[in-house]
Amino acid sequence: MVAVAETVRSPRRRRLPASGMLSFVGRLFRDKPLGAFGFVVCVIFLFCGLFADILAPYGYNQISPLNRLKPPSAQFWLGTDNLGRDMLSRCLYGAQLSVIIGLSAAGLATAVSIFIGIVSGYLGGKLDMILQRFVDAWMSFPDLIILIVVVSVVGPGMGPVIVLLGLLYGIGGSRIIRGAVLSVRENAYVHAAQSTGATLPRILWKHILPNVMAPVIVLFTTRVGAVILAESGLAFLGLGVPPPAPTWGGMLSGSGRSYMYLAPWLALAPGLCITTVVYAINVFGDALRDLLDPRMRGSR
Amino acid sequence: MSLLSVRGLSTEFRTERGVVKAVDDVSFDLAAGETLAIVGESGSGKSVTAMSILRLIPDPPGKISAGEVVFDGRDLLKLSDEEIRAIRGDRIAMIFQEPMSSLNPSLTVGLQIAEPINLHRKTPWAAAMDMAVELLERVRMSDARSRVKAYPHQFSGGMRQRAMIAMALACQPQLIIADEPTTALDVTVQAQILALLKEVTRAANSALILITHDLGVVARYADRVCVMYGGRIVEAGPAREIYARPRHPYTIGLMASVPRLDQEAGSRLVPIEGSPPNLANLPPGCAFAPRCRRAVDICRSERPPLVKSAPDHLSACHFHAQLSAPVGSHVGT
Repeated sequence: MVAVAETVRSPRRRRLPASGMLSFVGRLFRDKPLGAFGFVVCVIFLFCGLFADILAPYGYNQISPLNRLKPPSAQFWLGTDNLGRDMLSRCLYGAQLSVIIGLSAAGLATAVSIFIGIVSGYLGGKLDMILQRFVDAWMSFPDLIILIVVVSVVGPGMGPVIVLLGLLYGIGGSRIIRGAVLSVRENAYVHAAQSTGATLPRILWKHILPNVMAPVIVLFTTRVGAVILAESGLAFLGLGVPPPAPTWGGMLSGSGRSYMYLAPWLALAPGLCITTVVYAINVFGDALRDLLDPRMRGSR
Repeated sequence: MSLLSVRGLSTEFRTERGVVKAVDDVSFDLAAGETLAIVGESGSGKSVTAMSILRLIPDPPGKISAGEVVFDGRDLLKLSDEEIRAIRGDRIAMIFQEPMSSLNPSLTVGLQIAEPINLHRKTPWAAAMDMAVELLERVRMSDARSRVKAYPHQFSGGMRQRAMIAMALACQPQLIIADEPTTALDVTVQAQILALLKEVTRAANSALILITHDLGVVARYADRVCVMYGGRIVEAGPAREIYARPRHPYTIGLMASVPRLDQEAGSRLVPIEGSPPNLANLPPGCAFAPRCRRAVDICRSERPPLVKSAPDHLSACHFHAQLSAPVGSHVGT
């Protein structure tokens, strides 16, 4: 009898909210294998970015005239470029730049989206009207036009690129948050919170924000990918972080494009880096959304 | 001295099709510890009346256009936003219709029950959570200590409504407004929840406004009744009196449309024909006239005032005096 009671009770206990990072990662691997793959790649990417200085066998700008355009070998795992710089080291340092730009610009973008989306969506009325027309106007410009114009005015560099990409994607993404807020605010629990005398900031923070976290997370992760891609594009056009900083986009457009037929690894290495990381971030983001959804929390 | 006195309350909504008077000149009183039922079909203005008391009408498009709501000597409609927030959840609590969506899915139940305590009493969270456990025990939730840590999706509808009642009781309010608290529940749970609501309000000597379309609920739990139709009160009085001697054709129709145990076997239920009035375009006379079997010319041209038909019994029908016949006899077959 006791044994029966135990077996009946144990799955219930497991259904209580998952506590701790470990059990969450466990669920990720068990329920979402593709997301787990994305997670692993993201971790490797982060690790490479953080420890590029230690991991890289050579400096990113260390020139070796004797070893120009060498194919991948034991000495240079990903080959060397036209100046004899080690591609592996450059890709690792490129990961560092991409981590910094990707996370900070996507973080800024998400913060801007949340702010505009929640204020506009929850307060509604004339403010919503004005904000949304501003967003309309902003979105009617092609991204690249805004980027090119602003960068050519303020000059290239990491700071401007981060702020610019953050604002660019943040203002556009506020639409998604606003939409989510519009549906969440009509829920009875928001009226219930009002009826208990909760103040506006409290309602926004505790009742609206947690319930739009699913789109926020997806927005953030897709934005990380998009920002890395956009930064590569800017670098490709020569408007990103100026050389000799080893950005993936810069490598692709510089030596990669010029020597594509002679030394394809120059384009393949940074190209594959961009593709893999952006893909991994996106699948990880999808898995996160599914797992963090409160309605799925605790369920299997 | 009544706890709540609503006088001439009118609430409008501005829509594309014109101004809709969802609540029109509604007045009633409620004494401490009393249970008032507001009865009516969907769109009769009962929920809007309740929301207007706490000023929860979204503006725009809604607007409380006239009247006063005197609660404990203060007109709630004249308070500042901050003052009305201090009343909400503390002195007047509200229970909503949909237990499925009236709890925040991303916060634990305990946290949501503790929230008003923390907010109004400035009780630290840990102590407020302990009080949440006590409150859940008071609404007969078994295993309350572990349930406070659960999320709403782990609760059944009845349990959620119990949690909502616990939340309403949190600050020992003098008035609880329950907006169709049992509509979304199945019948056995309905009875439990209503009995619980009655019991806890009696124990705390809180007044209760019970909004419902269920006359059975009214008969069993209410002291007084207001029947609403088309945004106005058409009949008001003690529940017993209204049950025994309804004095408005709408109330009579409502009663004829619910099954009764003392009915003759084989007799049919009589529906009220037609559909609820369009509030944006009410007829000039009595709002119920188009559906009323007794309507004559005066009903279509002149709006009947709410007058005293018997001691403590108000009716808004031109023919209230002739309507004191017992239920059933007026219904032609």
